[in-house]
Amino acid sequence: MKITDITEKLDLKVLAGTDGLKTDITGGYVSDLLSDVMGNAREGQVWITLQTHQNTIAVASLKDLAAIIIVKGAKPESDTISKANSENIPLLSTTLDTFTIAGLLFELLKME
Amino acid sequence: MQFRHKIAGGDFANAGKVASSVKKILRQLNIDHTISKRVVIALYEGEVNVVAHAYSGIVEVEIDESRIRITLTEKGPGIEDIEKAMEEGYSTATPQVREMGFGAGMGLSNMKRNSDSMKITSTPGEGTVVELINNIRANAG
Ligand SMILES: Nc1ncnc2c1ncn2[C@@H]1O[C@H](COP(=O)(O)OP(=O)(O)O)[C@@H](O)[C@H]1O
Ligand SMILES: [Mg+2]
Repeated sequence: MKITDITEKLDLKVLAGTDGLKTDITGGYVSDLLSDVMGNAREGQVWITLQTHQNTIAVASLKDLAAIIIVKGAKPESDTISKANSENIPLLSTTLDTFTIAGLLFELLKME
Repeated sequence: MQFRHKIAGGDFANAGKVASSVKKILRQLNIDHTISKRVVIALYEGEVNVVAHAYSGIVEVEIDESRIRITLTEKGPGIEDIEKAMEEGYSTATPQVREMGFGAGMGLSNMKRNSDSMKITSTPGEGTVVELINNIRANAG
């Protein structure tokens, strides 16, 4: 499954990083702690978080994550958006909370 | 191959820049991915600790056929009790830093887990030196 498939099926808004939308997804990871993501997330995963600052993009890029989903309609800072564009990290947004969006993504990926 | 980078304490906006440039170099050198991923995790955490806990630092990276050696030398408050600092979950990070998702107290354990050797020497009131070594396996990649 590609990022474009989940943006469509989960009704996610694409805030930045459109050049990375063709990336294949290997799974998901849920955390708001950067060290947890650094230590435990894996390449190709979609990271679900409420963090909106630009360090999330640095972490996603270092870990080769497929995308970031920001929950509960939170608005990222403008430097987060420009960094996501320069690093080609799709920055996606949902109005749903973490539990709900993680459940929906899990179901979607399970069907593959 | 040898290079060095400067890190400014408090400069969260640029945290991860050194790890990112080292990651690119390890890719160019065709270093085994499992090794480079570990180096990137350990270096990122070392870099963030300089930003979050120290005043200024220098990262020296040395790569030869057998190993990647990273030395983070910084001026800062130093670490009084290294054993305690190594405990997962222990953190003196400020509430603002924690709110950003830093300060989980997992940095040093991430560094330990993702290096083949880690040495910390610290002088309270002066600063800290962290040396990280990752061995490169023969005929890897
Ligand atoms: N370079 C450093 N200088 C001073 N103190 C440090 C340094 N690195 C780590 N520490 C201390 O060790 C603690 C644990 O570090 P770490 O495991 O990276 O967690 P965190 O950075 O999330 O607090 C820090 O909160 C801090 O008190
Ligand atoms: Mg740390």
